[in-house]
Amino acid sequence: MKIIVDSEKCEGHNRCYALAPDLIEVDDYGYASAIGDGTVPPEHAEAAQLAVDNCPEYAITIES
Amino acid sequence: MTETDASTSDGLDFAAATTEPVSDWTTDYDIFDPDYVADPFPIWDDLREGCPVAHTDRWQGSWLPTKYDDVVALARMVPELSSTDPIVVKPPSDDTSDPNAYSTVNAPPISSDPPVHTWSRRLILPAFSPKATEAHEPFTRQLCRDLIAGFIDRGSVDAAGEYAQQIPPRVIAHLLGVDPDRADDFVEWVNGVLGAGLSRPEVRQHYRTKIREFFMAEIADRKANPKDDLISELLAAEVDGEPVPDLHVAGTCNLLLVAGIDTTWSSIGAALWHLATHPADRQLLVDDPSKLDNGIEELLRAYAPVTMARVVKEQTEFQGVTFEPGDKILMNFPGANRDPEAFENPDVVDLERQRNRHVAFGVGIHRCAGSNLARLEMQVAIGEFLAAIPEFRLADGAEVTWAGGQVRGPRKLPIVF
Ligand code: HEM
Ligand code: SF4
Repeated sequence: MKIIVDSEKCEGHNRCYALAPDLIEVDDYGYASAIGDGTVPPEHAEAAQLAVDNCPEYAITIES
Repeated sequence: MTETDASTSDGLDFAAATTEPVSDWTTDYDIFDPDYVADPFPIWDDLREGCPVAHTDRWQGSWLPTKYDDVVALARMVPELSSTDPIVVKPPSDDTSDPNAYSTVNAPPISSDPPVHTWSRRLILPAFSPKATEAHEPFTRQLCRDLIAGFIDRGSVDAAGEYAQQIPPRVIAHLLGVDPDRADDFVEWVNGVLGAGLSRPEVRQHYRTKIREFFMAEIADRKANPKDDLISELLAAEVDGEPVPDLHVAGTCNLLLVAGIDTTWSSIGAALWHLATHPADRQLLVDDPSKLDNGIEELLRAYAPVTMARVVKEQTEFQGVTFEPGDKILMNFPGANRDPEAFENPDVVDLERQRNRHVAFGVGIHRCAGSNLARLEMQVAIGEFLAAIPEFRLADGAEVTWAGGQVRGPRKLPIVF
């Protein structure tokens, strides 16, 4: 399972970073990207789904 | 409209806007109507079902969308819709040879379109990143504790005027590097721009000029004595190898003062109003403070304070209506947040809601640049309040008053504990 941030859509609301800090990092301008290659360990699956469900820009997806 | 004192130190009229009763909300709505200000939710629900993009000729005319998908689509409609005039009631007619003309005080990036918007937003984003924002936590927490210590022994407080309203002006002063003891002035100026000034352009202009003069003096001072603050940072910044013009820096500081104060105190106040009137929700957060983060998001969704406007640049067909150039469109983020097609049971405040793509901070390129700071202020303000005062309720016979129009929040909130 992988988490993917579409940088074209991200406007830096930072909800994903608050909800899934183990999966998401943000740059100096507040734009988000997946940590590493975005692999989601099973214990963070719920956090990944929360990040998806709370991004107002629909910028985050999960690929199984 | 605002419920602060009708007379100000400058002798200007701050009383509520005068309105005629509304009989048809679909064709003749009034954002300053006392019913709309106090309780807009049933009005939006009716409009969403019958007339999802309503129109009025009042206050120089505007359109009011109420569906989530429509509001989001309109917020993304750049460049057909422009941000150059985000307030519905137009400013007084402008004489550009007048150094105090309204148009000499802009508020980039909120009042800008690309390409100016792009660089002027990028200029301030680093100051509001999650990491930069965290640095303001200790100051904010101490401020909240000191304010609470000032009234806790009394057993009662106006939670809007004596608490919510006191926090953001001092946090912004701290951030900008200006004198926090001017907080009462900032409150008056901001009320002049976004409270009374929404319906009274001459009041708005008066306070915009005041704010500009204040920041031009601060800018002159920082040029002589640079400090470790945001004003100095903006002055040191370069865009395409050129320094940023002083008026641009003053305009951005103007925005940060105005956008950072009225909005945040409205949100803190609305959150306290909800907790004072919903004991089970209050208890939930007292019993488990780890639920605060999610709970604040839900309170932001339910009581989103901010409705900025766009002005139409090109004739545009939208959901069966035609926007003509010059028309104003209200970005009804608060109404979008109550759309049943986007949120399950939208009128139920569920502090444990898991799917919450609320747009209290807007959406698209103008997404609130200060959203991390606003969230920090809310979490600290509510967290400290609940920790010190776990039980509170509205005072008997309390007259809660709300300001509204384009920024909604309680202005008097008498509570007892
Ligand atoms: C709970 C408090 C707040 C709310 C609900 C709020 C809401 C909003 C909304 C809805 C917008 C978008 C307006 C539009 O689309 O035209 C916006 C923009 C903005 N806000 Fe906030 N705001 C809050 C607090 C703050 C704070 C504390 C600051 C900074 C000190 C701030 C700075 C800004 C700036 C700079 C913009 C313009 C961004 C741009 O145009 O690119 N806001 N805010
Ligand atoms: S929540 Fe969405 S828009 Fe916000 S930072 Fe994350 S990906 Fe970007």
